[in-house]
Amino acid sequence: MPLSFRVDGREVLALEGDTVLTAVLLAGIRLRESEFGDGPRSGFCLMRACQDCWMWTDHNDRIQACATFVNQGMVLSTRNPELT
Amino acid sequence: MTTIVIVGAGPAGVRAAECLVAAGCRPIILDENDRSGGQIYRRQPPGFVRSAQTLYGTEAAKAEALHRSFDTLAGKVDYRPGTIAWGLHAGVIHTVKAGRVDRIAFDRLILATGATDRIMPVAGWTRPGVFSMGGAQIALKFQGCVPGRRPALVGTGPLLYLLANQYLKAGVTPAGVFDTTPFRRQLRLVGGLAWDPRTLLIGLRYRLELVRWGVPVRCGIDPLAIEGDPAVTGFVYAKSGKRHVIACDGVALGHGLRSETQLAELAGVSFAFDRRTRQWLPQRDEEGRTPLGTVYLAGDGAGIGGADVAEIEGKLAAWALLHDLNAAVDDGERTRALRQLRRAARFRAALDAGFPWPHDIAARLDDGVVVCRCETLTAGELRRVAAEGAPDLGRAKALSRIGMGRCQGRYCGSACAEILSAALGCDIADVGRLRPQAPTKPLHVDDVEASL
Repeated sequence: MPLSFRVDGREVLALEGDTVLTAVLLAGIRLRESEFGDGPRSGFCLMRACQDCWMWTDHNDRIQACATFVNQGMVLSTRNPELT
Repeated sequence: MTTIVIVGAGPAGVRAAECLVAAGCRPIILDENDRSGGQIYRRQPPGFVRSAQTLYGTEAAKAEALHRSFDTLAGKVDYRPGTIAWGLHAGVIHTVKAGRVDRIAFDRLILATGATDRIMPVAGWTRPGVFSMGGAQIALKFQGCVPGRRPALVGTGPLLYLLANQYLKAGVTPAGVFDTTPFRRQLRLVGGLAWDPRTLLIGLRYRLELVRWGVPVRCGIDPLAIEGDPAVTGFVYAKSGKRHVIACDGVALGHGLRSETQLAELAGVSFAFDRRTRQWLPQRDEEGRTPLGTVYLAGDGAGIGGADVAEIEGKLAAWALLHDLNAAVDDGERTRALRQLRRAARFRAALDAGFPWPHDIAARLDDGVVVCRCETLTAGELRRVAAEGAPDLGRAKALSRIGMGRCQGRYCGSACAEILSAALGCDIADVGRLRPQAPTKPLHVDDVEASL
């Protein structure tokens, strides 16, 4: 089933069963920016170990994009809201 | 009532649970994943309809059997999916699930924590489009995706050849397989022929398939860089002193596996350095007992043995635990499992000899190569603290923050040890290891506060 959600205000399309990481990387090459200033990242391990796919929900909850399924209408940010 | 906790629901954890349930126990099973199977037999999301044969290939029957076994345990175990075990102290294991922390006081604990990829960094490995070898396999199994239309597979180990074949089957022709192990060194795999001819023949078939499809296989390479800005456009390597560039739009990177040993260490299990794999491993007897008396180890988390060994070790650990609680254990089955384990160990020795961790690359890494992807610390930074007098990894960590990032050294630890030992000119065992601390995976302070 087609779904849509938002990342940093932009609409991203997905299918049911897609992880956030899958959907974002199918729509573009980057998942998020490194907080240490060395450019874009796309996650790495896909098994909840490397912690390089963090995103935040509109409730300030931190998620791992590789282990979170897309829900219709979810609103995500690639930056930690507590730091912005 | 005895509280038994199993951490992990891969091949080791599932078989351990099965044996405990058969003896009338009701173990608590903590699983980071949403469904059982671990990484190797990871199940696709609900509603996905690819067959077991499509997902698991030659190992389909084993994967299906494991899933079926676990499904029949429903109601007989306290299964807690999506749960991370992040701390262990004084007989209490600490967990977090969807922002809620919890603690479980256990009488007996089986750690079946599995493994992650072992990574030797290469310039550009943090670029988008570069994934760990295991991650690149999960993308296919779990999501039906491949990193790029023409990915390069870089590193060493059987997983390179398995994944290249899985990609071919999925309709993706890899740009090539780039193995750091020279071909003549891989001939040592033949030493395993007597112990597991099936696996060896499967490996041979994978090679032949790559030849048939015209996929370049280059062995004995020195990885130089993953290029792109920011998306991956090429992989640069040296072979026999010549520099080569291959066009690709994604990379799977991995040099074998490393054990997830943090919880064993927090439990107080003693560790010893394993020269063959150049890893520190928790000490246990053949059946998985540790000297602690309450903690048992099974599967790749205690030393890399692969999925078949993990199933055997899971059973043995459960039987050892039951035996120690004065429950009856079938000695015939136990003896048979031990015999299988010894046979598998002979095969593993050949596999380790044929696909060694390429430790010598560490000394040749340019100073600018990022080693810690969490905080972008470089090989040069590590060498600087070595020159300033850091005699081991513990001190290097304090001076440079290496291993203190989010992944807690999982992806830099192996390479850091090699870089440091090369810089200091000392034996690898003498640089020690990055010691884990709770939380072993990042935890939100608000979540802990809310539960106090």
